[in-house]
Amino acid sequence: MGWSRARVIPGATAIRRVRPVLGLCRASPGLYRALPGPARPYRVVPVPRCDPVPAQVIPGHEARSVESLCWAAGDRLFGAGLGGDITEYDLSGLSAARGVDGGGGPIWSMVANSTGTQLAIGCEDGSVKIFQVVPGGIQFERNLDRRKGRVLCLSWHPSDTHIVAGSIDFFRVIDVTSGTSCPRSSPIPSPGTAKRECVVWAIALLSSGTVVSADSFGRVQFWDWEQGTLAESHTVSTSAVLSLAVAQEDSIIVGTSTGATYHLQLLPVRLGGLEKRWVRTKPFQFHSHDVRAVAHSPTALISGGLDAQLVIRPLMEKVQKKSYDAVLRKFTFPHRRLVSCARKARLLLFQFSQYLELWRLGSTEETGKDGEVLPLCRMPEHLVQLKSKGPEHIYSSCVSPCGTWLGYSTASRFQLYRVHCDGDGVSLRKVPKVPKLLPPAYQLQFSADSESLFVASARGSVHVFQLLEPGGCKHLHTLRPPSGCSEAVYLLAPSADGHWLAAVSGDWAIHIYNLKCFKHHCVVPTYDCAVSAIAIHPSTNNLVIAYSDQQLFEFSIPEKQYTSWSRTVQSRGLHRAWLERDSPITHITFNPKNPSHILLHDTYLLCVLDKSLPLPDDSALLMNQSTLKQLPETARKRQLHAFKICKKFQPLLFMDLLDKNCLVVVERPIMDFKTQLPLPVQQKKFGT
Amino acid sequence: MVSPGALRVVRCGGGGQRGARAVFSADSKYLLYASGDFVKVHSVNTEETLLLLCGHADLVTGIQLNPHNHMQLYSSSLDGTIKLWDFMDGIPIKTFTVGPKLLALYALASAEDSVFVVIPKKGERDTFQLVSVKLTKGAGQDLEGKELSVVLDGVGASPKQIAFGREDSYVVSVKDVNLQVYFFKLKLLNRFSLSTAKTKGGDNSFSCVVCHPTEDCIATGHADGKIRLWRNFHHKKAYTYSALHWHHDTVMDLAYSLEGTRLLSGGVESVLVQWHNESSCQKDFLPRLGSPIECISMSSDGILCCTLHTDNRISIINSNLRFSRSIQGLIKSRDVKTGLVVDPRTKALVLNGEPGHLQFYSLQSDQQLFSLDIVQRQYIHQAGLKQSELVKVAFSAQGTWLATVEESEEVADPELQLKLWFYSEETQSFALNTRINTPHDNHITDMCFRDMAELGDDSLILVTTGRDCVFKVWVMVEDSDPEAHQSVSWSCDFVGSYHNYQATNCCFSEDGSLLAVSFEETVTVWDSLTWELKCTFCHPPGNIRNICFGRLTCSKYLIGATDYGFLCCWNLLTCALEWSAHLNIVVLQPDPLSEHIAAVSWLSKESSLFVFKPSEPWPIYIQRNLCKEKILLAAFVPRDEPEMISSEKYCWLRKSQLFFLTDTQELMTLSTKSLEERLTPSSKQLAVEESLPMTPFSVLLGKHRRQQAQEDTDLGKPVVHNKQEQASPAVKELLHTPAHVLPSASFLCTIFINSLLISKENKSAEEVADEVEMESEKAEDDSDEEDVTAMEQEDTSHMELLGEMTCKLSKSQEKELRKIRKMDYSWISAF
Repeated sequence: MGWSRARVIPGATAIRRVRPVLGLCRASPGLYRALPGPARPYRVVPVPRCDPVPAQVIPGHEARSVESLCWAAGDRLFGAGLGGDITEYDLSGLSAARGVDGGGGPIWSMVANSTGTQLAIGCEDGSVKIFQVVPGGIQFERNLDRRKGRVLCLSWHPSDTHIVAGSIDFFRVIDVTSGTSCPRSSPIPSPGTAKRECVVWAIALLSSGTVVSADSFGRVQFWDWEQGTLAESHTVSTSAVLSLAVAQEDSIIVGTSTGATYHLQLLPVRLGGLEKRWVRTKPFQFHSHDVRAVAHSPTALISGGLDAQLVIRPLMEKVQKKSYDAVLRKFTFPHRRLVSCARKARLLLFQFSQYLELWRLGSTEETGKDGEVLPLCRMPEHLVQLKSKGPEHIYSSCVSPCGTWLGYSTASRFQLYRVHCDGDGVSLRKVPKVPKLLPPAYQLQFSADSESLFVASARGSVHVFQLLEPGGCKHLHTLRPPSGCSEAVYLLAPSADGHWLAAVSGDWAIHIYNLKCFKHHCVVPTYDCAVSAIAIHPSTNNLVIAYSDQQLFEFSIPEKQYTSWSRTVQSRGLHRAWLERDSPITHITFNPKNPSHILLHDTYLLCVLDKSLPLPDDSALLMNQSTLKQLPETARKRQLHAFKICKKFQPLLFMDLLDKNCLVVVERPIMDFKTQLPLPVQQKKFGT
Repeated sequence: MVSPGALRVVRCGGGGQRGARAVFSADSKYLLYASGDFVKVHSVNTEETLLLLCGHADLVTGIQLNPHNHMQLYSSSLDGTIKLWDFMDGIPIKTFTVGPKLLALYALASAEDSVFVVIPKKGERDTFQLVSVKLTKGAGQDLEGKELSVVLDGVGASPKQIAFGREDSYVVSVKDVNLQVYFFKLKLLNRFSLSTAKTKGGDNSFSCVVCHPTEDCIATGHADGKIRLWRNFHHKKAYTYSALHWHHDTVMDLAYSLEGTRLLSGGVESVLVQWHNESSCQKDFLPRLGSPIECISMSSDGILCCTLHTDNRISIINSNLRFSRSIQGLIKSRDVKTGLVVDPRTKALVLNGEPGHLQFYSLQSDQQLFSLDIVQRQYIHQAGLKQSELVKVAFSAQGTWLATVEESEEVADPELQLKLWFYSEETQSFALNTRINTPHDNHITDMCFRDMAELGDDSLILVTTGRDCVFKVWVMVEDSDPEAHQSVSWSCDFVGSYHNYQATNCCFSEDGSLLAVSFEETVTVWDSLTWELKCTFCHPPGNIRNICFGRLTCSKYLIGATDYGFLCCWNLLTCALEWSAHLNIVVLQPDPLSEHIAAVSWLSKESSLFVFKPSEPWPIYIQRNLCKEKILLAAFVPRDEPEMISSEKYCWLRKSQLFFLTDTQELMTLSTKSLEERLTPSSKQLAVEESLPMTPFSVLLGKHRRQQAQEDTDLGKPVVHNKQEQASPAVKELLHTPAHVLPSASFLCTIFINSLLISKENKSAEEVADEVEMESEKAEDDSDEEDVTAMEQEDTSHMELLGEMTCKLSKSQEKELRKIRKMDYSWISAF
């Protein structure tokens, strides 16, 4: 497999500012994790096997930052931010549902009690307020004792009788029933002669009555809540400790502003003795910037920070056997398709959070060998930048294969544009009178002949629009699963002949519709895992499905059953190295020259799956391209297997075949967005 | 092996400590450490070597105080024996023969009659095991210790790789990247291993281990400079560790403070790091300890700690991390390039010391006198960094001038500097007078002053020879620059060469009139006044390795050694070869005070010594197999006063003493005296009183005793003195003899009683009277103190032996009377 790197778009690979991870919280019932960004998209992460795949993203809002997130009353997610509102999120509709004013100015922290019936918020004005979680919303219950100084962090006692609130230079314990602070509020002295104030960034109240505070001097301190006396102090870092999470009363994880996380454990001082002490054990340095959120899972420590990475560090003592769980996972990029490609017009559309960019690819007439860089006869060209109006973020976008239509949607609006190319110039004209839809559109997809547009919508429905020349559109039909569905559709795949459409909804059911008669054709047998990519083969009309657990299926639409190749794959099993990969397949495409080729990619690799070749077994080397090159022709034949993997392009955001000879690949160098991040805390590194 | 009266080879300094931690005595007054085949006992307060415990036949690998008797010390050695010493008296009490090589020794308080040693596993190379040795109780001095039981397999060979935990409940061993813990009570063995991958310059392999004294915590040092603190290690899975990282290179040793709140670590950086409360943010440093730290040990009271350094230095450090004092004998330098030079002024041995320094080592006290910084550049510990090195040293005859040559390590284009130092009487140290950059274009091979004491400073010239095929003559000139601080400086006077051969050695004749310079195969002789080439000698094949002129009656001879294994003697008058001998001479050293020349040969892995007079072709003394190690350098050091040596064979040792330096940088000498004679009186015995720990009570008692003693001398009371002295032999014997060699109490009792009886009989009335007279005279002299004396007298009277009670009473009464009389006199005289 040798691709000449012919078409490169210099500088045009910026896809979207990757959002810093601000808050992490874990629901007690246990299947979802949410990562808010400041005012930005949320990813709700289902955790079936501790391999989080961001199945759903709640689009962000430029004006609403989120400081704190919590789960309450079962599976309800609440967020609060410096805007002063408490917002509940609609997880099936993936939108901010209801907002209630906290009434205390900017909200710095919000925590739910152990039963999830009450929310406590800490406000700028120094008040702590309790809200009751009621069906359909929240209700203000009472104000607790107010003191001067913003309340930066809160924690409930496991018995729900007390709340500890951390402010600047002190913390206090509040009795929830009486609403009064305990007489001793504990001042936290700054160490030595430091004149700076001591900010308590995170606090926790253990059932034993120990208050754990993390402050801006890098200390994790343990206090007696009744006496307000300091029991232990651990200086874990020279910079601030920003976040803290407690699990099982004997494990604490803290995150610092230098990007390090530390694990503190309550360990017996002597073997068999009763005396126990908190000991700082494992230090981890996975982040380059502030670690704003930390959490525990049963087998791992999870941290997220300003450097837009989510890191899952397994705890080896909790992992039973060396398996998928025992590997460190890092997530940097969104597992979504943010690039669309107009194959015929050779255009690329990049989706950023607030604008879109349209580029024309360069071209070459030369040919060359593998690894050569070919001279361009036409330079790539930035055609147009389209800014979205309002503070909302763009949720999805698409350009039609012929390059004449362009559409995008935000949380509340859907826009369609007509692209006019006259010579070198490009003009965009908004298509008037787009039929009103119930927003948002979760996914946009044009048909292969560019004559219709499919819009994925809430409740499992897909709207079909007919595009009219010279610039108009008409709502043709709405496709709905016969059994009904509460979740939104998030993936669409039309067939090349315009006959079929496959749609995946949030409950991971894949429905196939017949577009000729606008009828539901069939449902792909349910597989209990999130679908990460689908595509329909242009000649055979086989649906290829990639799941987030790295399984691959091929489903014949006309025959309504899995193909024999797919059955072989299932019976033989995929290679272990393939199954243990981190990132899910984000896009599937096909080689028109060879119908047995399926092209897949994730963030780190590009794979040509050749169905005609035998599948590799676990003893064979999965990534064998480089070894194959060194083998003589005859030996190479024997070593060949179905997976041909290329890791040359990393991190890979998009890959598509333009025509028989051209493949376009979009890379997003990590340094590109690292430079957009604020400067990390200066640290002296030895030897520099 | 050596017949009585024969010469013995005596080690007198240097050598290595080889990784065994030092031990403080229970009262922290003495420091004991293994040095070569010996255990040295040092006084912590005075830094001097008090005792040398010798008896092991090979390297001492471990020393431990006997946990059941703090006056005793166990030591183990590669010779396969464990010895129990009374280190106060330097007496070996017992010797347990184990058999295999013992590589480390651990003595535990909980193990009643056994110690732990590391021995090589039978039949497997480079695998070692920790075994416990049952020390049999027996009557004799030599016992067997053959009852071995294996505790751990696959342990490291270094004593620092095993540690015993809190209350001796577990033992930890580290090797490579594996750590194993064995719990004695639970009989549980846990193994943990780190990844072997060397990522980002990290190297996880363990270097040392120590255990927390009160908690279940293990601290391990690693090759990449990390310190890991392990906890919960009784769980196979839920164990955990945290890391402290400051060192950039291997952590050589660790030590916990008494309570375990502080952890000390040291390494190649020569910085002692103190970690508080296992926190990586709170740490203190004691930098600039001079050389890499090899071992750290704490005293049992936690007040002192000591670090052993790779260059044989020992630093004693207070608990507040303040440097207290250092014990430094012969500093081990990387390479002794300067040779052994004797400072004519102090008679100290001068050679390379710390990097770039010249050490002045006093042979008498086995101490470093001072260290002169020659290179005057910061030494940076970094592998592969080219540093300037001191390569040549020469003193003028009186020691007023010192010439040094330093060169950077680059082989191709060395950066050379010749420095001349003048000894300033005011500051009592050498001050830099002249610095000459690039005196030669290539390495300087030799350098010497013209020694003409009678002609004064004007005749002083310096000759250097270089590989650039010339020798240069440097003379002092008046400094014309009026702003210069000094009146003289050095400049080049003459450059000589011979057929473009490399000049290798140079040497002045005793009267300074002739200069011999060797050019590869040829020796040339030059007139030092006119710089004329007088004659040449050569003895092909082979380059000249060493040359020297004969002295005194033999000054007409020139001796040369070639690297083809010939020793030649040429007669300067006849310009002919007098004699030659087939010997592979490594060292050729003339005695400055006699005609004798010592030559050391190296043949088939043994060094032999030959002493001869140039006038006679046969040696006067031969000693084959001088020592196992290769002798690299030798020097004659003049004695302060000539030693009376009867034997004609050793007459060459009369005026000077010969010292050798081996390749392990151990300093040796030849001695005619037997072992006992050599021991200095001060080191003979450490008084028992001194070894008692200082308690408030002892302080009080000591004060009282001192007072009493002082008072005795003040009063000049020979009565009491005499009696004490007479009584003392028996009492002293009783008190000062080690308990294990004392005869039975019943036997002693009669002696003791007898001694008391005899003293009483001896006393005659006259004597008493005389003494009283003397006393009165004395009392008159110091009349000011009379009241005080009277008081004290009363006190002490109760302390006297019971036998003298009657005699004493009368005496005190008499004194009272005398005092009244005396007071009157003084009063009158005042008028």
